[in-house]
Amino acid sequence: MGFIAKRFANFLLLVIIATTAGYLLAASALNPRENFLGRNPPVPENTINSILTQVNMNDQDPVLQRYGTWVGGVVKGDLGKTIFSESVNEEFKNRIWVSFRLLILGSILGAVFGVLIGVISAVRQYKFFDRTFGYSSYIILSTPVFLIAILLKFFAVFINEKLGFTLFYTVGLNTPEISGFELFVNSLQHMILPTLSLTLGGIAFYSRWQRNSMLDVLGSDHLRTARAKGLTKRQALFKHGLRVAVLPMATFFAYSFGLLIAGAAFTESIFGWYGMGEWFIRAVNTNDINSVSAIVLFTAILVLFAGFLADVLTAALDPRVRIR
Amino acid sequence: MKKTLVLQIKSLSVTFPSESGTVNAVRNVSLDIFPGEVLGVVGESGSGKSVLSLSTIGLLPNSARVSGEILLDGKNLLQLSDQEMSKHRGRDIAMVFQDPLSALNPVQTIGHQIAEALLIHQEISYDDALKRAGELLDEMRIPRPFERVKSYPHEFSGGMRQRVMIALAIANAPKIILADEPSTALDVTVQAQVLELLKRASQLTGAAVVLVTHDMGVVAGLADRIAIMYAGKIVEEGPIEKVFENPAMPYTIGLIRSIPRVDESEKRRLVSIAGSPPSPVALPPGCAFAPRCPAYTEICDSKVPDLEAFEGDRSVACLRKDEIAGLVSAGRLYPTEVTKGHVKSTSDVKLLEVSNLSKSFPLLKGNVFRRRVGSVYAVDKISFTLEQGKCLAIVGESGCGKTTTLLEVMNLVAPENGRIVVFGKNVSELSKSERLAIRKDLQIVFQDPFASLDPRLPIGEAIMEPMEVFSVSKSEQLTRMQELLELVGLNPAHANRFPSEFSGGQRQRIVIARALALNPKILILDEPVSALDVSVRAGVLNLLAELQEKLGISYLFVSHDLAVVQHVADYVAVMYLGSIVESGAVAQVFNSPHHPYTKALLSAVPIPDPKVEKSRERIILEGELPSPINPPSGCRFHNRCFVTKARSETDQAKCASERPELRIVEGAEVSCHFPLLK
Amino acid sequence: MSEKKLNQAKDETLSRRQLIVRRFFRNKSAVFGLGTLLFITALAVLGPYLTPWTWDLSKENGLDFNAFIDSPYGGGLTAPSFDDGHYFGTSQVGGDVFAQTIRGLQKSLLIGLLVAVFSTSIAAIVGATAGYLMGRTDKGLMWLVDLLLVLPSFLILAILSRWYQSSGWLLLVVLLAAFNWMITARIVRSVSMSLRERDFIRAARYMGVPTRKIISKHLIPNMASLLIIDGTLNVGGAILSETGLSYLGFGVRAPDVSLGSLIAEGTASALTYPWLFMFSGGLLILTVLAISLIGDGLRDAFDPGSKSGRKS
Repeated sequence: MGFIAKRFANFLLLVIIATTAGYLLAASALNPRENFLGRNPPVPENTINSILTQVNMNDQDPVLQRYGTWVGGVVKGDLGKTIFSESVNEEFKNRIWVSFRLLILGSILGAVFGVLIGVISAVRQYKFFDRTFGYSSYIILSTPVFLIAILLKFFAVFINEKLGFTLFYTVGLNTPEISGFELFVNSLQHMILPTLSLTLGGIAFYSRWQRNSMLDVLGSDHLRTARAKGLTKRQALFKHGLRVAVLPMATFFAYSFGLLIAGAAFTESIFGWYGMGEWFIRAVNTNDINSVSAIVLFTAILVLFAGFLADVLTAALDPRVRIR
Repeated sequence: MKKTLVLQIKSLSVTFPSESGTVNAVRNVSLDIFPGEVLGVVGESGSGKSVLSLSTIGLLPNSARVSGEILLDGKNLLQLSDQEMSKHRGRDIAMVFQDPLSALNPVQTIGHQIAEALLIHQEISYDDALKRAGELLDEMRIPRPFERVKSYPHEFSGGMRQRVMIALAIANAPKIILADEPSTALDVTVQAQVLELLKRASQLTGAAVVLVTHDMGVVAGLADRIAIMYAGKIVEEGPIEKVFENPAMPYTIGLIRSIPRVDESEKRRLVSIAGSPPSPVALPPGCAFAPRCPAYTEICDSKVPDLEAFEGDRSVACLRKDEIAGLVSAGRLYPTEVTKGHVKSTSDVKLLEVSNLSKSFPLLKGNVFRRRVGSVYAVDKISFTLEQGKCLAIVGESGCGKTTTLLEVMNLVAPENGRIVVFGKNVSELSKSERLAIRKDLQIVFQDPFASLDPRLPIGEAIMEPMEVFSVSKSEQLTRMQELLELVGLNPAHANRFPSEFSGGQRQRIVIARALALNPKILILDEPVSALDVSVRAGVLNLLAELQEKLGISYLFVSHDLAVVQHVADYVAVMYLGSIVESGAVAQVFNSPHHPYTKALLSAVPIPDPKVEKSRERIILEGELPSPINPPSGCRFHNRCFVTKARSETDQAKCASERPELRIVEGAEVSCHFPLLK
Repeated sequence: MSEKKLNQAKDETLSRRQLIVRRFFRNKSAVFGLGTLLFITALAVLGPYLTPWTWDLSKENGLDFNAFIDSPYGGGLTAPSFDDGHYFGTSQVGGDVFAQTIRGLQKSLLIGLLVAVFSTSIAAIVGATAGYLMGRTDKGLMWLVDLLLVLPSFLILAILSRWYQSSGWLLLVVLLAAFNWMITARIVRSVSMSLRERDFIRAARYMGVPTRKIISKHLIPNMASLLIIDGTLNVGGAILSETGLSYLGFGVRAPDVSLGSLIAEGTASALTYPWLFMFSGGLLILTVLAISLIGDGLRDAFDPGSKSGRKS
């Protein structure tokens, strides 16, 4: 129990530092005043100041004071106001599930298919399957998410044209004004491409690691023992190699989660999903300090949580860790 | 030879492709294995002995090219597919590997792994298999076997894991157990236990045991028959007593005579075989041993000698096998150099005095915020002195604190407790420049010659490095470096070569040359020969002895190998769990040990002589080395002590509660309540 | 030292190098990567001399007014053609896509290279110091590494984009490097920690060789292969980060161009006028692919035993 408490304390400390850094950097780099300049007719100085003060973004107030006010709110569960004087909490609630749907599906599908392909590649090392997926993953890992998304969009339009009807939708969560089963199918049609664009990279990433890890285990002493007992190479690999080889993946899961969140920003903006990533881009462009800080907070918690999950997963799979 | 064979190997050859050419790992080996016998296969690293055992069980890497036949019940195993071969593995042929730490699956329980071996070959339920696993652990004398089936490998010590490996091997009562260096990674006292169990395993199942090892002592005690491998070939084979008593192949002769023996009382120069084993990529044209052979003549290059029958039940691969006996008796092979008496210049000047030295490490707990919950005493109040020109050896098993002691001395900073006085100066009071000045006279040689030299520095520069620290002029450095190379028996013209071009023995000579560069007064030797091949060890040991005679240096020698200590040291201190249990002159301590641990340790060292080894009574200690984290109360040794156990209950209670002080018993310092007397 | 000996020493260094070179060139994908990268680099360097047009729209040769007249698509758009010298076609405003792509390629390669050099150097220094000195220094530095790994670097860079967009792309390089060195530093640290316990380093310590000299003479040279491999792979990673930021408008910004900003501009009408982003996209993938193939090839050449790759 003490262990978990300490773990949690460290977790909290890192979240606080990350968020503080995020807020202070945002407050000094972004300039909300800019939004009101150059308007026609010009907005009076006083009005600007009163709007900015109301949303706690007035650059004439000391940054630490603004930070204090913001933290005071956050502790009470209030993330403040957006630059448009709306509640950040509301926006947060509206967007978080959009992103979660993408992130959860993306990370799980990526890990599962990646590990699967990695295992098969290792078993069939240098055979057709291994080579095909090997080269494909090289190419995918060399392609930025936004290019993957654009290319998928291309591909979808091409398929839709060939089919003569819309199989893949490339914009939005679902078509408005439908319900029931139709809505479900329609949502799926909308979901495939964004999810795929986020998953492909994950699959490529995990499959390469899993393959290498598997090959390392293949040469290990305990696998040789398993074969000396009378297991065939393949039996030994599945009964003894797999679990040991999957262990390091937990660490990569934590590491790749940060990358996944960044990737989601591209996917969301390209496929017109109004999630956290899209919000972030918009918030930076509109100098919306409070929204930006809220997203940094959200991301820090997610990344740390992924790390925590990875630790738990490792402990569950590896008795050597469990002891401590 | 009318007995039926369990396994017959016929002209087996194994090669591997490699970067620098084809590796001839095993060359034309034929070997018969009889039921129930123990066959020792002895060879140095790279002799092909491990490849031979792996090809027998069909676990060679895919890149291996194999030819010949391995016949089991008339079936050629080399032609079987992985699937067919897996039916024989574990059931007919089982294997015990060298490294027990990595040989078991870390994420499955011990019981599950043994049960699996049973389930593969037998039609039984999982529960029965698990029960049988417990029984097998019991056979292997593992305490509380039915609880321990639920343990994971990391909860077992090395010796325990090796027992599990043997239990695994005998699970299906195989016809043959292949044991590849089964005790090499273990401490001497644990090694004795494991070898005993291997013998027991063979008796329980009636299996033939093929014991693959580099250690002549290990085979001497266990094997009925011995096959000696050199450069991928069997060079001599026969009943063990005959081969040891009257070896016929010059390599075997040299090998047997080059090994220091713990039961030897007088000091002699060891026989050393010149050079080092050939690379398996570039073998000499004829006999592979020819370049190192003292009986070499031109015919030796003419063809590769076949293994031919010799004196009835033996066989030898040597073109001059009939002349060798004559050469030996005429003293023309490996003449033992007569030691020129002890010309060592010694004096009573105390160069190094250590008193009541203690060193503890914090015992940490917690992952995020580590906190100190206690201390582990790696070294606990030890004292010793080193006199000018003498060699003091510290011996003990792993974890006894011998290396920590060395490092404490080398660090030259105030110890946690006690006093270290070097060259009359207390290290706690040294200034920075004084410390550096002492470093000049205090040099160290580490165990592993492959790690002691920077792979990216030519050896000449490596030797000059210490001189650079003390700003010796460049030209002086160069002359001295060449001198040193010559002194340690290397060609000064090779100064610009990189360490990778030298063999282990040569590298250790380079390391010694580097340590001698500044004419030190004390040389600290941390297991200087234990990483070397048997046939080159003698050369390095002789060099050390010679240097001491020539230069009058003092050695502080640390080793786990008692035979080596017996050979080089004047004084010895035996350590157990951080304290010195006995110390004194080597001859005295080794001939009549007073502490039960010393006696057990000496008895556990295998002696490379089957007659002595098989007839002598051995004391096999029970249990494992306790962890220094949780040391036993009272006398640290009492829970494994055979003397305590035989005594009255009050005496036993004394051992268990009271820590014995060091006291003088018959001229040696002993820390024991009930020392053994002459 | 006599001259003969010196030559001999040279021969032997060469032989190790030769072995690595031989292994590298036996690896077909690595050779493909090297060939591709050489081609791309040549294109980036020589490209401006191959076309009369320039990337800078404010210059005389920046815009092709004929394109407005000839364009079958309206505006300044013309398809790729060798006749009018627009190998990759022209953009909506009549700019030459080839000239812009070459400029973007130069920019992305340069940024990638500089970021890799910076971040690998920081990683080497921090990692080696932490790993060799251990103790408090190590704890402090590793805490910093952990913290930087937790910070959502992409978000922070986007927030800071205002700064480097106003003060030039070099600050972008510095910031990209600042968030890119941690993983390599960790690897360097763990290698240093194990090297530190190697006997040749301990021996040097006991001989009295000063710490700085141990790090520079023994520690870093023995990690050279690791640093070269990671440095190479970091180039690819840096290019991906830079183009990503530029794509969203947080990186290199107009009037200057990078492959990322070109792709962003081109995607708006990607379906109808594919040449607007096809070439920049293709070159981007090819560049990063080539670099990761070279990096993995180097690893295999330096250390043929290891199978564990790292992220590419």
